[in-house]
Amino acid sequence: MKRSGKEAFRDSLIILPAYLVLGIGFGVLMNAKGYGFVHSLLMSVFIYAGSMQYAGVDLLCSSASVFTTALMTVMVNIRHLFYGVGVLDKYKKITKHRIYDIFALTDETFSIVCSKDLSGLDLNDYCFHLSFFNHLWWISGTLLGSILGDILPFDYTGIDFSMTALFIVIVISQWKNSSDHLPVILTFLISAVCLFLFGAGDFLLSSMAGIVIMLSVLRKTGGEKDV
Amino acid sequence: MFSYLLIFVMAAVTIAIRFAPFVLFRKKAPAFILYLGKTLPACAMAMLVVYCVRNGFDSMNDFLPQCIAAAAVIISYHLKKNTALSVFLGTLLYMFLVQRVF
Repeated sequence: MKRSGKEAFRDSLIILPAYLVLGIGFGVLMNAKGYGFVHSLLMSVFIYAGSMQYAGVDLLCSSASVFTTALMTVMVNIRHLFYGVGVLDKYKKITKHRIYDIFALTDETFSIVCSKDLSGLDLNDYCFHLSFFNHLWWISGTLLGSILGDILPFDYTGIDFSMTALFIVIVISQWKNSSDHLPVILTFLISAVCLFLFGAGDFLLSSMAGIVIMLSVLRKTGGEKDV
Repeated sequence: MFSYLLIFVMAAVTIAIRFAPFVLFRKKAPAFILYLGKTLPACAMAMLVVYCVRNGFDSMNDFLPQCIAAAAVIISYHLKKNTALSVFLGTLLYMFLVQRVF
């Protein structure tokens, strides 16, 4: 491995603990819900988006419709659109493995790529190795969790909470990074009302619709001025 | 088999979103897209929190472990800012509470 590859490997170690723990959590959770390593690995290899995979466990368990699943994926992953915009210039210059690098642009990989000074590094080598190692940690965690559920005779009741905990953490970190908290507060209200009115079955579609309407109204009334 | 279809849908939509900016806006994204990109992620996560706790209001035995574990997640994240640590601690505490205490 050349210098840029080694540097990418070192940077990927920052991500290693989080991906391993969250990956293991995902594997164990899938296992507890009756999905073996084939399902878990397919998801970690081809979806490779942490929060979506956790949300996906519930979609699988409740046999959600294709439409609900697609809409949910758009809601949870729409932020990736902006990651792409953020590294557009850097990634345009990549000539090797570009397709893979774009596919594997997760929150964590994005945060490193966009804060990293890439001058003096081989862009192709660095981006590919960073993407690849992060993906590898995520898949390894998943596989470990998936197997762990089988070989460790342990009561996994309550493991679902890992999903809740992950989303709570993301809400806090996004809350801290934003100055306008109104949309999030309104989302909590809308979701609670939808849950109360429509029950768990129609919760997702109704609250997703409510949120998008709420955001369009907020934008029209000038709730967000800097965009 | 249906589960494979759902996984395929999730993967296809995720991949489409990741490739979209490289295909669609080589220069600048439309204002409404940029606005949604700024605001929607936080909202989606807040909605998912509500979705996750939806079954926790039936009885005190469901409600209390969820509240205590959520508090542990919030406090530990404030102190350490470590996602994996907070998720790990909160889940462990929740599992202990529902299995041994409540």
